[in-house]
Amino acid sequence: MLGPQSSLVMYDEEYKRIMTLIEKLLRESNSNVIFLVDKNGQLIAATGETEHLDTTSLASLTAGNIAATGGLAKLIGEKEFSILFHEGEKDNIHISIIGGRVILVVIFDQRSSLGLVRLRVKKASIELGVILADLIRKTEIHDEAPGVDSPFAEITDDDIDNLFN
Amino acid sequence: MSFINYASREINCKIVYYGPGLCGKTTNLQYIYNKTAQDAKGKMISLATETERTLFFDFLPLALGEIRGFKTRFHLYTVPGQVFYDASRKLILKGVDGVVFVADSQEERLDANIESLENLKDNLEEQGYQLEKLPFIIQYNKRDLPNCTPVEELRKLLNPDGVPDLEACAATGEGIFETLKAVAKQVLIDLKKGS
Ligand SMILES: Nc1nc2c(ncn2[C@@H]2O[C@H](COP(=O)(O)OP(=O)(O)O)[C@@H](O)[C@H]2O)c(=O)[nH]1
Ligand SMILES: [Mg+2]
Repeated sequence: MLGPQSSLVMYDEEYKRIMTLIEKLLRESNSNVIFLVDKNGQLIAATGETEHLDTTSLASLTAGNIAATGGLAKLIGEKEFSILFHEGEKDNIHISIIGGRVILVVIFDQRSSLGLVRLRVKKASIELGVILADLIRKTEIHDEAPGVDSPFAEITDDDIDNLFN
Repeated sequence: MSFINYASREINCKIVYYGPGLCGKTTNLQYIYNKTAQDAKGKMISLATETERTLFFDFLPLALGEIRGFKTRFHLYTVPGQVFYDASRKLILKGVDGVVFVADSQEERLDANIESLENLKDNLEEQGYQLEKLPFIIQYNKRDLPNCTPVEELRKLLNPDGVPDLEACAATGEGIFETLKAVAKQVLIDLKKGS
């Protein structure tokens, strides 16, 4: 597991594997939107009908939601609630935690069902867990040799000042 | 904890504005939101009570521009300042890359500032962070008010380690972007070191 101060890093290879997996999950679960969020609220990947969605806000609120229910769980002596489900009039949200670190969100309507989503999510979670474990291993190797291949090793004061113009 | 995405060439960092209730954290974010170009900001989300006190957090995503071909995004969060929201404050500190402590310069808020700063240290330590090792800026806010404690005195009480600090008036915007820039700079320098 990553320490609190280490960065999450995403590489092309794992990103492609993740996209392939959530696109498949989208089809097989008949859902509308799927996204993957880091527990700290950063959006990792999204697929489906995302054009009209504010995915950045969704990511932040999802993480806040998981954090709050995780706090509730601790208070009653549970480790965490690994699955959350919110039912709306048209759309529903299924949220699950993968590998303790990443949040999988599935938005679906009456074209699917909770049972189907649950089943497909369960299967996809195992594969996602494997990809995430690979990613964490890569990140750790990267952390042992900090800055070597980092594009940020060469940041200058000018680069930073330019951001605020 | 920053998120470096080589696939989409993005880097995301989380900055938390901390401080006692009513010191001006939400006002900081509102000013930044109002003065930022449409294409550089996302929606500002405020989870607040009906009387506009922050209940859980305010959230403002900013896309500042590119560094070395990477889109640089900062996610700004505020915490609820009131003492009884401590559980929520802890949650929001998770994965933080940089902290701004907003102090309320009014004399009668001196104790509240000290208490909140202690609370920040405790809550960070509980999660395995040390404030001394994080990018950290102190902002002395509400300098426009007549009943302000002199800055030298605030500095002595709140900033014994001499971290970068500056005066501000969130109501008019004075010092607000300077604060953001100061913390963002430290976060990026940290990244450069490959923390
Ligand atoms: N005079 C003055 N009032 C301020 C300043 N900054 C914030 N305020 C006011 O202080 C009150 C609390 O601000 P708010 O941002 O909600 O505080 P928060 O609890 O830290 O989020 C509001 O009425 C603000 O308008 C300032 O620099 N000067
Ligand atoms: Mg507030």
